[in-house]
Amino acid sequence: MGIFVGDDTRLVVQGITGREGRFHAGRMKEYGTNVVAGVTPGRGGAHVDGIPVFDTVAEAVRETGANASCVFVPASAAADAAAEALAAGIGIVVCITEGIPTLDVMNLLDAAKARGWKGRVIGPNCPGLVTCGKALVGIMPGRIFTPGPVGLVSRSGTLTYEVVSLLSARGIGQSTCVGVGGDPIIGTNFVDCLAEFESDPDTRAVVLIGEIGGRDEEDAAAFIRENMTKPVIAFVSGRTAPPGKRMGHAGAIVSGNMGTAESKVKAFHEAGVPVADSIGEIPRLVMSALK
Amino acid sequence: MKLHEYQAKEIMRRYGIRTPRGEVARTADEAGEIAARLGCAVAVKAQVHVGGRGKAGGIAVAATPDEARCQASRILGMNIKGLAVTKVLVEEAVKAAREYYAGITIDRARRSIVVMAASEGGVDIEEVAARSPEKIARLWVSPREGFEPWQARSLALAAGFDRKAVGAAGTYIASLFRLFVREDASLAEINPLMLSEDGHVIAADAKITIDDNALVRHPEYQALAEEDSDDPLEREAHRRGLTYVKLDGSIGVIGNGAGLVMATLDAISAEGGRAANFLDIGGGARADVVRNALELILMDGRVKAILINVFGGITRCDEVASGLLAAAESVSVRVPMVVRLAGTREEEGRALLREASVVAAEGMADAARQAVALASGGVKRWVSS
Repeated sequence: MGIFVGDDTRLVVQGITGREGRFHAGRMKEYGTNVVAGVTPGRGGAHVDGIPVFDTVAEAVRETGANASCVFVPASAAADAAAEALAAGIGIVVCITEGIPTLDVMNLLDAAKARGWKGRVIGPNCPGLVTCGKALVGIMPGRIFTPGPVGLVSRSGTLTYEVVSLLSARGIGQSTCVGVGGDPIIGTNFVDCLAEFESDPDTRAVVLIGEIGGRDEEDAAAFIRENMTKPVIAFVSGRTAPPGKRMGHAGAIVSGNMGTAESKVKAFHEAGVPVADSIGEIPRLVMSALK
Repeated sequence: MKLHEYQAKEIMRRYGIRTPRGEVARTADEAGEIAARLGCAVAVKAQVHVGGRGKAGGIAVAATPDEARCQASRILGMNIKGLAVTKVLVEEAVKAAREYYAGITIDRARRSIVVMAASEGGVDIEEVAARSPEKIARLWVSPREGFEPWQARSLALAAGFDRKAVGAAGTYIASLFRLFVREDASLAEINPLMLSEDGHVIAADAKITIDDNALVRHPEYQALAEEDSDDPLEREAHRRGLTYVKLDGSIGVIGNGAGLVMATLDAISAEGGRAANFLDIGGGARADVVRNALELILMDGRVKAILINVFGGITRCDEVASGLLAAAESVSVRVPMVVRLAGTREEEGRALLREASVVAAEGMADAARQAVALASGGVKRWVSS
């Protein structure tokens, strides 16, 4: 099973004729993802590596039955592209693009609610997600993943790869790994993913990789305490980051007393969630949780 | 990006929000001239991007132009929390009857804009929020809905503003909302929003932060960012297009991905060291980006050792290695360098570095341990692997 994407995913790649879109469409296909269409306005009728290109997402859905989308459109047009996908009835819209203005993302999610669009946005500014052995949507390196019982959700891309590699090296496989993105406003947060993992039969434990900024980790801790029966292992990066400085991700900033690592670690401890002090500790904590 | 008070007030005036008359001065003489032109008692206020400048002595009231000159001469050249004061705002001093708070920011958890008002102003709003949250009236608004003066008046009344201040305050808070949306702010704050002794509502202090992601559609702020960067290294990093934050330690850090670099800083700290910077070369970085980053780190005289931590997903380790070799050719690498490469093409990357004078590390913790030892001078020589 896994969450959000899997065997039944039929993917449309928005911005497929651009450098990033073309490159990653190829890699996703290589992993085994069912990439059924691409969209670039004005390039309908073309093919990219054998994938048919359409002018609109609606057309791609009609012709190919696409049900998920991956957005590689530049920041100035990405929120609009995601809205187009939602309006066409796409169920999962994964927005890789970094640097979208915060108010554009807010407007996108607000419009989705106001118009009753049912689809879920993952990201923006995220590496995408992988349901191991089934479908990879986004830019994660496919070869590090091995199928298994551990779900993973993270605000960081490379830190996810680091943890997945450690887990795979110890023979601990993964069900689905989701990068939710490093922006202040994101479509899918930790709680959304935890709820899915809780009801996913293939997931037996979850690794959550948080970082400074916002209160998504605190909300996750409260959710775990109230609603989760499966074990969760947490890690929080940025413990030594100074306040008031944006650490790479637009959302990774401690403002005043908001968003500190201490507050997040404390919230997890209070919820009975083990917090790894270093990345290297995670596999051991996961192994003991799986026993 | 944070704007200075004087810049924030200029923008607020464009939106019809009343502020004290004033101008910015870069020398004591200029400050005296401005005070003379204003012809009244003035406030002289340090323009730096840190909080607590009042407590640090960065704000003074002057009754005469001479006094303004003296105060400006004292404040210019002050160092507030590590930042040199190069500009002061000289503006008419306003006598307050009451001080309120008005602020607009992003509520990340609710994915919404939140408008806030409080009858206690001129103090740290976070302290008020922690001590007596009921004193802050809040309203969540989407940018599509908009926010009208009548809504702002209700908010101000709910916060406990005096009835005679509510009309103007409501207009200004609604204007502040328009400003927030049109200028792509992530924070717009008036603290205090003052009711003066002569009955005017006036923005006595102003703070605006612009969303960095939106700077592309506001070129005027981008220009301000360049001229205003507080630190020469940060300015240079900006010029080179690198995501860089200066920190206070001695180990230069380069990595790919914000989370990984933050975790690297934490690992260094766990080993008893301090990082000199945060530098993220991003995903898929090519050799020239790596060279560019290493050159920047080497400009920092505080750096005693360099730690390069790359997990190659999209980024190829052999590209990173070639970038390091290219940089070592163009500038002299005067400090030991610990390199940890993992992921895509790690074997090729390590092979390229075999002949170079770098310490190859196995994992993140190992890399941090070696970098800390080298930076503290615990190891005199380093081996090539």
